[in-house]
Amino acid sequence: MTPAEIRNEILDILEDIAPDEDLSGLKDEVAFRDQLELDSMDFLDIVMELRKRHRVQIPEESYGELASMQSTVTYLEPLMKDLQKA
Amino acid sequence: MPRDFLEGAKDEYDVVVIGSGLGGLTTANVLGRAGYSVLLLEQHYKLGGMATWFKRPTGHIFDISLHGFPAGMIKSCRRYWTREIADSIVQIKNIRFDNPMFSLTTTYNRDDFTRLLTESFGIAPEAIKSFFETARGMNFYDDQSTTTGELFEKFFPGREDVVRLLMEPIVYANGSTLEDPAITYGIVFSNFMSKGVFTFQGGTDRLIGLMQEELINNEIDIRIRCHVDRIHVKNDSVAAVEVNGRTIRTRAVVSNANLKTTILKMVGEEHFDQSFVDAVQETRLNNSSTQVYMALKPNERIDESTGDLLFSSTAREFRTDLLLSRDISSRTYSFYYPNTRPNERPRCLVVSSTNANYKDWSGLSPEEYEASKQDLIETTLDAIEKYVPNMRERVSHVEASTPITFEHYTKHVAGASFGTKFEGLAVSRDLPEQVAGLYHAGSVGIIMSGWLGAINYGVIVANAVDGMLMKSAELPNPIAKESISNS
Ligand SMILES: Cc1cc2nc3c(=O)[nH]c(=O)nc-3n(C[C@H](O)[C@H](O)[C@H](O)COP(=O)(O)OP(=O)(O)OC[C@H]3O[C@@H](n4cnc5c(N)ncnc54)[C@H](O)[C@@H]3O)c2cc1C
Repeated sequence: MTPAEIRNEILDILEDIAPDEDLSGLKDEVAFRDQLELDSMDFLDIVMELRKRHRVQIPEESYGELASMQSTVTYLEPLMKDLQKA
Repeated sequence: MPRDFLEGAKDEYDVVVIGSGLGGLTTANVLGRAGYSVLLLEQHYKLGGMATWFKRPTGHIFDISLHGFPAGMIKSCRRYWTREIADSIVQIKNIRFDNPMFSLTTTYNRDDFTRLLTESFGIAPEAIKSFFETARGMNFYDDQSTTTGELFEKFFPGREDVVRLLMEPIVYANGSTLEDPAITYGIVFSNFMSKGVFTFQGGTDRLIGLMQEELINNEIDIRIRCHVDRIHVKNDSVAAVEVNGRTIRTRAVVSNANLKTTILKMVGEEHFDQSFVDAVQETRLNNSSTQVYMALKPNERIDESTGDLLFSSTAREFRTDLLLSRDISSRTYSFYYPNTRPNERPRCLVVSSTNANYKDWSGLSPEEYEASKQDLIETTLDAIEKYVPNMRERVSHVEASTPITFEHYTKHVAGASFGTKFEGLAVSRDLPEQVAGLYHAGSVGIIMSGWLGAINYGVIVANAVDGMLMKSAELPNPIAKESISNS
């Protein structure tokens, strides 16, 4: 998957997790928590969804990498670059 | 021949969950939904653990632990359970305090507390704001050296009345004290303050019934009256559980039973490092409870202005140890009106709860125990007179439970109502590093307790189990591994 495809995938997951949020104006470099009402259970849901959809394993020490869209895509790129877009 | 409660159970499952408290139920559901074969074993004849109820022939149904939980339950139930469960969660708005320092009514959320603290307690708005922000910013892995008492001293020095308002309900919600780490207070308090206090319409029986339906949808094998005696460990990994005389193999065990019992009795010290065993021994249990259940005669009604939850105390000062004393001065009353269970016969009920020490109730002779219980009932009926006049004439039935009752039904050591003190969380989380495939999900560490805490911790643990099972499935199978090492 390309970085753009990974970004779309994260957006898709966020739409499920936070159905009431407007994601159209999301700023990639700003922390999710400063723009959306996300708590630690929401981040856990992102981790679980990525494992379910793509078998990507994110160890707990690395949950901090999911702080913003930019850091998430940077972190996931090496883990997901060999995956085919579904 | 006694009935075989394991009739038809398989010899092996991906996951065995021991205990059907809200933590165990949620772990089982999340893993079952993910496609694993899950066996859920409960020693009691009912599912739910502390989330339980009992019925009396007069049409009264008493809830044990349905006094209130934070709004976060709605989201958690929607995601990890069903829309129908989430949609049955409703706010209770009439929360009262009555003690020698103040009497007030509140919706128990940030806006209303800000109003009260400013108008009635004369606190500067900036101090209130920064207190709320500090509490809201707390994470469970943050600094643990600050105590709750120090936190209050920093923001509201010398204001025992403010401390009482901010702390008393949380002591009831999770047994924490002024000496516990501030994060155990801040996280739970902020959860409530975000939107207020909520309850489940239809009662605990309906909730557990709906959960059971969902577990069946997700093909979880549910077995009641199945007490797990041992967890077998082979080569530092879980291998099987021993239950009702059968040995059932599994790749992962999630225990929702008491943390200390799980480690010291079901698995056994010999399977853990000495330093870990020391940490388990040193883990303090949280307090227990007593409750008095009062059923009003079928046609008697309590006016709803009496409140939903009432934190009452006759103690002049606020000390968390006074809240545990057998010489009871503080009681939390939960009032249940007919709309608690709109589909049942209309009834009014009151449950009075008090935090309690196990040792005040254990070691009594049967006569002393009965007398102490009767005294608990009589003093409670006297105390509630102030809020519900002529209570004695209006009740048709009154009974009580004690730490011994809680111990009996849930097997929690010393009848602990809210798991362990904070240090138990690290013990619980480190289990799989000691024995591969061994997990604990249940009220622990103060913050992972209560209905919401137990459910969310159940999800956190299910996530860890899923990760482990997926990883072990990716490893080359043992035969392949052997041929590699032989070559
Ligand atoms: C009086 C009281 C009032 C409360 N009020 C509230 C409230 O208003 N709001 C709130 O959010 N929380 C409240 N709580 C706390 C809340 O009920 C608990 O924190 C929560 O329900 C605990 O869930 P758990 O998953 O830890 O499991 P538990 O409920 O502790 O269940 C553990 C289960 O494991 C089973 N078990 C144990 N050993 C074995 C074995 N060897 N084999 C098989 N099964 C076994 C037990 O039978 C039990 O079913 C209250 C608690 C009490 C006691």
